[in-house]
Amino acid sequence: MNACNLGSMPLRYRVTIDRDQCMECGRCVENCSYGVFRQEGDKILINSRKCTACHRCLTYCPRDAIMLTEQPCDYRSHPVWSRQVREAIYNQARTGKIILAGMGSVADLPVIFDRLMLDASQVTTPPTDPLREPVELRTYLGKKPGKLDFRRKENADVELTTELTPNLMIETPILLGHMSYGAISLNAHIAMARAAREIGTYMGTGEGGLHPNLYPYEDRMIVQVASGRFGVNVDYLNRGAAIELKLGQGAKPGIGGHLTGEKVSKDVSKTRMIPQGSDAISPAPHHDIYGIEDLPQLVHAVKEATEWKKPVFAKIAAVNNNAENVAAVARSGVDAIAIDGFRGGTGAAPRVFRDHVGIPIEVAIASADKELRKQGLRNEVSLIACGSIRESPDIVKAIALGADAVYLGTAVLAAMGCRVCGNCYQGLCPWGIATQRQDLVDRLNPDVASKQVANLLHAWTLEITELMGAAGITSIESLRGNRDRLRGYMLDEGLLEVLDVKPIGA
Amino acid sequence: MTKQVTIDAKGVHYTPLNQQIRKALEDGADEVVVNNVLGQRFIGDGLHGDATIRVNGVAGGDLAMFMSGPTIIVHGNAEHAPGNTMDSGKVVIHGSAGDAVAHSMRGGKVFVRGDIGYRGGIHMKQYETQRPILVVGGSAQTFLGEYMAGGLLVVLGLDGVMKAREIGSGIHGGEIVIRGDVDDACLAAGAKKVPLTDEDRTRIAPVLREFADDFGLDPEPIVNANYTRIVPASARPFAGKYTWE
Repeated sequence: MNACNLGSMPLRYRVTIDRDQCMECGRCVENCSYGVFRQEGDKILINSRKCTACHRCLTYCPRDAIMLTEQPCDYRSHPVWSRQVREAIYNQARTGKIILAGMGSVADLPVIFDRLMLDASQVTTPPTDPLREPVELRTYLGKKPGKLDFRRKENADVELTTELTPNLMIETPILLGHMSYGAISLNAHIAMARAAREIGTYMGTGEGGLHPNLYPYEDRMIVQVASGRFGVNVDYLNRGAAIELKLGQGAKPGIGGHLTGEKVSKDVSKTRMIPQGSDAISPAPHHDIYGIEDLPQLVHAVKEATEWKKPVFAKIAAVNNNAENVAAVARSGVDAIAIDGFRGGTGAAPRVFRDHVGIPIEVAIASADKELRKQGLRNEVSLIACGSIRESPDIVKAIALGADAVYLGTAVLAAMGCRVCGNCYQGLCPWGIATQRQDLVDRLNPDVASKQVANLLHAWTLEITELMGAAGITSIESLRGNRDRLRGYMLDEGLLEVLDVKPIGA
Repeated sequence: MTKQVTIDAKGVHYTPLNQQIRKALEDGADEVVVNNVLGQRFIGDGLHGDATIRVNGVAGGDLAMFMSGPTIIVHGNAEHAPGNTMDSGKVVIHGSAGDAVAHSMRGGKVFVRGDIGYRGGIHMKQYETQRPILVVGGSAQTFLGEYMAGGLLVVLGLDGVMKAREIGSGIHGGEIVIRGDVDDACLAAGAKKVPLTDEDRTRIAPVLREFADDFGLDPEPIVNANYTRIVPASARPFAGKYTWE
């Protein structure tokens, strides 16, 4: 089907070397896994067509001699026939296939977080200084009892008789989200696990099973069970601190996942428990969930297998009937629901899903929290917001809209060096993150990368306490669902109603 | 000497029932007989060990889910998805079973004397020495062996009926062996028929003999019958569907 008189596409990036500065050290040649640079005689030649803008060469050039420009060639400008639209047509006219793309949505839509302003105290109520007064961020994820029963003992002490269900305690409302081993490297997973332990939080394994080198960190793991059931057996379930059932993903709601055979290396095959080189296909639904009435059965099957000792989470993609979905999942017996907004990241998703399906996390969290409160179910589940949490104010806003905590994905990768180039699918990540090629994986030192991740979480935690202190809020419980501390700036009335947030000035 | 424990499941919820079974195993029982089972789900869920559990009655959904080692023999029918994501061990069902039997099973054996429902053997998968086996004595319904990624699935049609259509849709590993001829129209996209070679026959004969033995059947007619073997047309069914941005 490779008919083609379309010629080559205009360059996406142009790489240039300032020859006055270059000393032909060859670091760019060594570092670029995409093959942009090659040494010929005493000259370094450039093939810009292979460039992904991963910035590895720029970072390692000792003379700052390398420069990169995006879209060096203009198309005739047109407001409707954008570059992306035209290039997708050329691609599909040539191949006749569905276009897959890496990372999250590139659709240029307004970010609601950026139009929500946070509150601060002034004279009517004073702000608090986190240096002087502690701001409590410790969070418990899981079911909270609807009521507490007590018994008075003979010595007049009071004893709690309500049986409590297991919760996860986190020192900051930030979790490291699910990215599978296979999609990212073992060193990336180890770095995340160490950071989670240092900070007092947890990380998600993703759906690729648990590598034996991560067993020392299993008390910090939320083990994921997806429709492909890769790497899932009862020992895997028992290793985790909690178990997450992946029912959907924000980057591609309604469809499954597919790790191509090329990425199923020997080690990945061991962890996923499938033959090396075979495609790992996660079907769209779990085949033991064909209707909402089947979800409780899967939740209880997992709880029964682990003797009711672990909290069970469910992750869903944010879609139109989000409130109904969340209410249904909350009634299934799960302890927490992670909602993944339409800007959520991915190693690979069809472009049309990534950019056109789903709803924003801000709306999904607000509608979920509102619906759960309306139905008297809010205590039954914790809510975890995910899908494009970019900076600490996003976290404060998500919590004020009703979340208990957030999952970070892309932000964690960026903390390890990722430049969000979106070429994860090539498996050649020069930063050693989204690759299984050993020489590239070795570039990511888990000791250094874990410190970077821990630094980010530490810095954001400090910022959250500052933002809360400025608003006179000293505990995370007082922020959760506290929409009065938000104001909508240039958001329309309909959206403000859905968010249950007042406009600025009100 | 075998140590046997008997449990009365009448009116008992599945959690205390499983707790009693686990307790019996911890106390060293080799055989646990569970009487009056009436639809309790998750029997043997996540259970380790090598004991034998005899279930008298109708087992509920997800029998032996995540199970790793034991043998469960059901004198009766079983509901939805026995052997779901099972790791190793054996399930023998003397009656029939519901939908999604052996769903995502990665090792061990599930033998069903009667019929099974829709999507039997869905997404079974194998890895190294772990190779799941599902054998059905009666008929299987539509979408047999869907997304199958490994293992062996045999349907014997001993009762003269074979209802499976859309066999092996999205199959990308493993093999489906069906007694008698299978019409091409019953195969789904991604599946293809190949002749059962003498080597194949030698390979599956021990499984068929074990099945016959478990149910007190004469193995010879089963071992010597004609079979159709169905395998993936490609190990990469979706390889041609996508291009990159």
